[in-house]
Formats: sequence, structure tokens, C-alpha cells
Amino acid sequence: MSTDHHTPPQVPDARGYFGRFGGRFIPEALVAAVEQVADEYEKAKADPAFAAELDGLLKDYTGRPSALTDVRRFSELAGGARVLLKREDLNHTGSHKINNVLGQALLTRRMGKTRVIAETGAGQHGVATATACALFGLDCTIYMGEVDTQRQALNVARMRMLGAEVIAVKSGSRTLKDAINEAFRDWVANVDSTHYLFGTVAGPHPFPMMVRDFHRVIGIEARAQVLDRVGRLPDAVVACVGGGSNAMGIFHEFIPDSGVRLIGCEAAGEGVDTPRHAATLTKGSPGVLHGARSYMLQDEDGQTIESHSISAGLDYPGIGPEHSWLKDTGRAEYRPVTDDQAMQALLQLSRTEGIIPAIESAHALAGALELGRELGPDAVILVNLSGRGDKDMHTAAEYFGLLDDPGRDPGAPSDRAITTDADEKLGK
Amino acid sequence: MSTESKLSAALAAARAENRAALIGYLPAGFPSVDGGIKAVRALVEGGCDAVEIGLPHSDPVLDGPTIQTADDIALRGGIRIADVLRTVREVASAVDAPVLVMTYWNPVDHYGTERFAADLAAAGGAGCILPDLPVEESEEWRTAAAKHGLDTVFVVAPSNRDERLARITAVGSGFVYAAAVMGVTGTRTQVGHQAEDLVKRTRATTDLPVCVGLGVSTPDQAAEVAAFADGVIVGSAFVQRLLDAAGDEEAGLAAVRALASELAAGVRRR
Ligand SMILES: Cc1ncc(COP(=O)(O)O)c(C=O)c1O
Repeated sequence: MSTDHHTPPQVPDARGYFGRFGGRFIPEALVAAVEQVADEYEKAKADPAFAAELDGLLKDYTGRPSALTDVRRFSELAGGARVLLKREDLNHTGSHKINNVLGQALLTRRMGKTRVIAETGAGQHGVATATACALFGLDCTIYMGEVDTQRQALNVARMRMLGAEVIAVKSGSRTLKDAINEAFRDWVANVDSTHYLFGTVAGPHPFPMMVRDFHRVIGIEARAQVLDRVGRLPDAVVACVGGGSNAMGIFHEFIPDSGVRLIGCEAAGEGVDTPRHAATLTKGSPGVLHGARSYMLQDEDGQTIESHSISAGLDYPGIGPEHSWLKDTGRAEYRPVTDDQAMQALLQLSRTEGIIPAIESAHALAGALELGRELGPDAVILVNLSGRGDKDMHTAAEYFGLLDDPGRDPGAPSDRAITTDADEKLGK
Repeated sequence: MSTESKLSAALAAARAENRAALIGYLPAGFPSVDGGIKAVRALVEGGCDAVEIGLPHSDPVLDGPTIQTADDIALRGGIRIADVLRTVREVASAVDAPVLVMTYWNPVDHYGTERFAADLAAAGGAGCILPDLPVEESEEWRTAAAKHGLDTVFVVAPSNRDERLARITAVGSGFVYAAAVMGVTGTRTQVGHQAEDLVKRTRATTDLPVCVGLGVSTPDQAAEVAAFADGVIVGSAFVQRLLDAAGDEEAGLAAVRALASELAAGVRRR
């Protein structure tokens, strides 16, 4: 396997297209603002001072490079394949989202804008945005579906602690899709003062490209770390896909490595044969949602179908256009992972390694368990652990029955002690 | 277009009377498909020179709460594109005023560009307004629309620079929809001060009539806009009348008709 002469593909084109996907489907009111973002980003890319400032923040504020962890006990559950975790959960604020946020926050300052808005599902992008706004002294408003404000309540408190205004969106499915709609409505009305700090590799050009670029650091670091640790490239790189930013970030550097399989795990909710899932690439069709052409969940009339996932960050009926392109070209594969599979994987990593992952990231772990059993013990699998699970303890506690009933003697032993196949396999 | 389109003729007729045209908007399927057909007819009976029928969408990113609510009611009532086309057909066969469809792009894209243009023309529709389809992405639609004799009305915004205005108006037809304010649909207490400037800058690029919408809801505002624009577009205020009638169909239709005639008087004020 060749490890040098490394040039990832030059996409998108000047109009923001990855093959037939992408583009810019936006109202005229936003054209000037989106063009400004694109122009400023091009200027910033050519400015060594921008790169230096961002690198400094990634190192001293975020804590990059993030670690690469061999998870040997977890690997036993994955058919003995060697599983390596790229630890984006160890970044400041607890997920990969901060990489993109710091880049766009610097861009906001360059554009002379004083206010930032963002959408958030799991709350991790909202927390990262609120964090950067505190750091740079910017006004911050976060839109979050009402359902998500409940299941990720801890992150709502974090955002408010950091000085952001959090608006619970009550329209539509009251999840990420509707938070994005509401953020666009705000942007149209306040575009002079406000930057829309979009949180994933979807949206109108240049967002899919720019957000990917800000996350490329994940794959660049991980590729070098794996080569250094293992002495060869991994057989597969696995990541969860909501909008697709952590996956694009880790995939991108590996795209020219044709021997490395790229596998995205999308949320299958209660199953892809039920109506309650968020498996956009498995079950969707091409359409235009939130400013770009990509796969999406839609009915016969082009109305968006509401998605479902236990994971707020993956509960989205769209996907970034570059993933649609990678799917169509066959360079990447996308697999559905159910709520139950993800929750089992979450428990298994917690019990075998002492690492509690985000439910989003647990989808990638479930994918790695399955893949490891397919590939066998000689395989090396790199997994992007996109975030940590603190925010998900409410959901996990409900799912597994982890908390004692109120009024119960706190000293009494839990009668709902959970065992997992991990416990059995590891002879507990 | 070689012969003057129905839409251009309606706007020219208003101009010949030395006044601005009145254009009314309501979503199809609201409060029901048949109720919506009656409501759009009431717009014309009250004095609208042209009507826009909205195709309700699951993700109305450019609409404020009023039209969001109406779209939601229509979608929960099970509205399909076929019902929207039936609405166009029944209105177009009952009134002389041109009937436009206003829709987000994805439903048209998914239905099939050519098929939608053909079916809309067959239903007697005069054209389309596609507020999230910028000129750069619009060629396929414009080709299909032209083939079927449909006008394509583009929206321009206060944030558009003059070069971009010229680029948009060069490919639009029927009229140019000038957004009075930066923002989503909904009634506002004041017509934005940016509207007059935008109309002036747009006129410098085209001979097409320039009509102003977004936030216009009262006869006074209609009169104010009519003084500097070729047409006045009103949507949310009509939707609000129907919402206020809360299911009393006759009351809702009467309120729509009454508002249309007050606005029609507004655009004729000197
Ligand atoms: C930890 C974590 N991983 C993944 C995601 C999904 O987003 P993306 O697919 O853009 O990486 C989120 C989004 O909220 C997240 O918080």
C-alpha cells in the first residue's frame, strides 16, 4: 500500500458541486452573505496568519493533536480485529465540533460580524459555538429543536452558562432539521451583523467544503498516528454520519488510499424497515434540502420525511453532498446502525475500556464491532470517536435503567443491574 | 415570449389605468383543498389582478409563523401536488386573473421539472415563483417553463448589488418580485425603507414591472408601495384572516374578499 504522493481529490468545483451533488440553493437575500463567507474563506486560506492563529488555538485551547487509543479489550468483541480510536472526545468541549467552530469564529471576526447563530442537535455544536463566542466576545444565539433541548438538557445548561441564548424550536419535528430552518430564518433577517456558523458538511456552498477543511485535521493526524503506531495504513476507517462532518474530517485524508475502506454509520433508529430511522443514504433519494442537492428522506411529493434516532446528533433527514458523491462513486460505504446496536456498543466500550462515548459515536463503534467480525483478527480498524457521552447520561440512564427510583433507599443495591454480552464474553 | 403572456397583460392593464397591480397569495389546501379554491377565488372577487398559489412545504424556510401554520394545516390535511394543480385548474377556469404557483424548489425537482411545467401549463397556470432557486441553478427550469409558455418570476432582495440585479432580471419574465425587507414572510408594521431604493435600482436594469412583497398588509401600506412600484403583493395578511375565522368558512371568505377590496382601493389611491 502506497503511503506517499498524497493528493486528495479536488472537489467541489467552483459552483460547489461534488459530481451531481451540492450547489447553492438559497434565497437571493442570502446570496451576498454566502458569497462573502466564500470570499473570506479563500482569503483566509491564503493568509499564513490565519493558519497560524487557528493552529495555535487547536493546540493550546482545544488540546490537539488528539490521542489515538488502542482498545484491546474492546477489540476482543470485534472478532479480535485491532481497533484504534481517534479521540475527538478529548477535545475541549467534548467533541470534534470545536475544530470547525474555531475556524469559522476566526472567519466571523475577519468579516467584522459581531453576532453568531448556529443550529444544534446533540448540543455539542451549540456548546462549541457558545464557547468560541465567549472566547471571542461575540453575541451568540443557538437554535435547538424542543425535543433535543429535553434529551440533551445538560448541554442547554452549558450553552447558557457560556452566555448564549438558546431558543427551543417548536415547529415540525422539533429536532435538528427544524433548528436549521429557524436559523436560516434568523440569518435572512439579520445577515448584516450575523454569521451563520453552520455545524456540519451540509448547507449551501462553501459550507460543505469549508467545514470539511476545518475537520481535515482529524484524518491528517490519525493517518500519521496509525502509520507510526501500526506501521501500515488501517484496513478501514469508520465514523458515524449525521450531517457528516466528523466522517468527512477523518475520511478525507484517506480518500487517495484506495486500499482503505471508508465506512459511514448512519442512524437506523428502530430499523430501516420501519418508518422510524435517519438512514438517509440507505433509504433516501437525491433532493434539495437546506441549500444543497444531496440524498435526503422525502416522500413522493418532495416533502421531507421526519427522521428518528435515539441520538439527537444523527437525527437528521439530510446528509452532506460529499457523502452522497462518495456513495455514488463507491469510494465510501454507508451502513445503518440501530438504536439498540448503538446503545449496546456504548455500554460495551464503557465496560471494557472506561471510555463513555457519545451515542452518535457509539454508532461508529457498533459498525466497527460488526466489521471486525467480518474482517477477522488481522484487520486494523480506525474509528472516529467523535464525542464523549456525558451529555447522554440522561438517555442512557433511561435506556438501561441506571438510576434508582426517587424515594428509594439510596443505599439499597440496584435491582436493574445490567449485564452485556461484553460482560459474558469477558468472563465477568 | 413572442406573444404577451397572460401575466404581462394583467400587469399592463393595471399600468394602463395608471395604478399598481394587486397580487394576492394563499397556500393551496388551506384550510382545505376546496376551501382553498374558494379562498383564492375570493382574492380575485375582492379585486386582485393576479394570484399566487403556494405549494405547501414541509420546510418553509422563507416563511414566518403565519404561513408556516397554514402550510402545516394543509400538509396535515394531506395536500398533494395533484391537489395544488387542481386548485390552479379550478381557479384559472373560473377567473380571468393569471394564476401563479409559488413553491420551494424541491417539490418541483422531485416531481420532475419538465413534468411540472407541462402539468402547470395544462392546468392553466401562468408561471412560477421559486424563491430558493437562484439564477445559477435555474436553467433547466427556465427551459421547461419557456417551452410551456410559463413565466418565471425571480425574487430580488435589498442585499442584491446592481450587477446581480441585472443578471437576475435579464432571465426573469412576467414581473420582478422585490422583497421589501430582509426577512421571512409575515405582516409588519412598516414597509421597509429599503423597498423604494430596491425598486429604483431594479428598474434601472429592466423594463419588467417591479412588484413589492413581504410585510405589506394594510390598505395604507398598499397605497404607500403603489406610489413607487408596479405592483403590491400581499400574502400573510390574507392567511391571517382565514386563521382568525377559525373554521367558519363563510366568515373567512368574506374577510378575504373584504381585505382584497380594501387593498384594491389602496393601490388606486392618489
Ligand atoms: C459527538 C457527535 N458526533 C457526531 C455528530 C454528528 O454530526 P456530524 O455527522 O456532522 O459529525 C454530532 C452532532 O451533534 C456529535 O455531537
